[in-house]
Amino acid sequence: MIPTPDLSHLSAQDYEHVYEPAEDTFLLLDALEADAEELRSLKAVVFLEVGSGSGCVSAFAGKILGPSALYLATDINHRACDCTRRTGSQNKVAVHTINTSLTTGLHQRLKNSVDVICFNPPYVPTMSTEASEAQDLRGIEGSWAGGSDGMQVTNTFLEVVHELMSPTGRFYLVAVKENNIPKIQSRMENLYQLRSKIILTRRAGREHLSIVRFEHTTAPTL
Amino acid sequence: MVRLLTHNLLACHVKGCTSNNFPLQFQNVQIELREADFNADFLKNFLPKLEWKALVDSAKDLGDTSLPLEQPEMLDDEFLKNLHHVLLEIHVEEGSMTCPNCKHSYPISNGIPNMLLAEHEIG
Repeated sequence: MIPTPDLSHLSAQDYEHVYEPAEDTFLLLDALEADAEELRSLKAVVFLEVGSGSGCVSAFAGKILGPSALYLATDINHRACDCTRRTGSQNKVAVHTINTSLTTGLHQRLKNSVDVICFNPPYVPTMSTEASEAQDLRGIEGSWAGGSDGMQVTNTFLEVVHELMSPTGRFYLVAVKENNIPKIQSRMENLYQLRSKIILTRRAGREHLSIVRFEHTTAPTL
Repeated sequence: MVRLLTHNLLACHVKGCTSNNFPLQFQNVQIELREADFNADFLKNFLPKLEWKALVDSAKDLGDTSLPLEQPEMLDDEFLKNLHHVLLEIHVEEGSMTCPNCKHSYPISNGIPNMLLAEHEIG
C-alpha cells in the first residue's frame, strides 16, 4: 500500500483558501494506486496535475512514478500553488508549480508529451455565472463551482487534453453523476479519438463520484 | 520553483501571439542556488523534450555558460552534472519573464511563475 502523502505542514488557515483533500481526492489516489503497476510499465517521463490544490495527488504520483519523472502542477489559485510546492517538498517529490488557468502557457511546449494527466475539476453543478466568477476570483470557490452540469471548467480542458497526451498517455478525470459521464465518454471518443473507462466509483454523502480514465484509441491495451 | 526546466516549457499565450513567443526572457531576477538530488535517468529521459538553444541562451542570461551550444551525442558525466545544475539547481525566486514577441511580462513571485492573463488578453 502506498501511504497517503504527509499533509501535516498544511494548516486550517491554508484550507480557508485551498481545497482540503476529501473523498474525491482519495478516490483519485485509489485509482492511481490500482493502476500503479501499469503506470510504472509506461515509463512515464512527464506527469501533470491540473488544478493541484493542496498538491496531495502530485505528491502521491511521485511515490508511484519515482524520481525519474517530471512533476508539473498548475493551479489558478496562487495560494494553492504555494501549498502544492510545500506538499512536494514535505514528501520529497520535486513538484514544479505554475500559477495558471488549466494548462495555458504550457500547452505549446507540452504537445504530445504528457504521459499521465490528473484533473480533479470543479465538478459541482452551480449557476453558470457562479462558476465564471469563481474562476475570476482565483480562490477556493474555483475548486468546486462547476456551472451548468458542473462541466463549465472541465469542458474547456476536455477540448485540449488530447493534444497534450503522449501516444501512450493517460488522463484521469474525477466526475460526478450530474456531469453525465456517458455523454463525456462518447463525446471524447467521437471528437478526439480518446477511449475511456470508468475505473472506480464511490458514493460519498450526496456525491456519486467516479474516476474516468482516457487514452488514445491507438494506444496499446495493457 | 522557476527553474530552467520549467522555464523551458513556458511560452507566451497572449491572444494572437503565436510566433517568436518562446523562450520568455528573464528580467530583474533574484536567483538562489539550491542543491538537488542528481538523477542521470531523469536527465536522459527529459533531454529529448528540451528546446536546447533556448536552454543554453537562458542559462547564459542567468550567468551560467557551462552547456555546449550543440547537444552532445555522448552524454558523459561532466555534461550530465552541468545539465543537472542548469536545469534543477538554479532557482529564480523573484523577477519576471517577458515575451520576445509581444513583450507581455509574466511575473515570478516567491518562486512561482504567474502565467495568468487578463480576460482581454486571452486567446
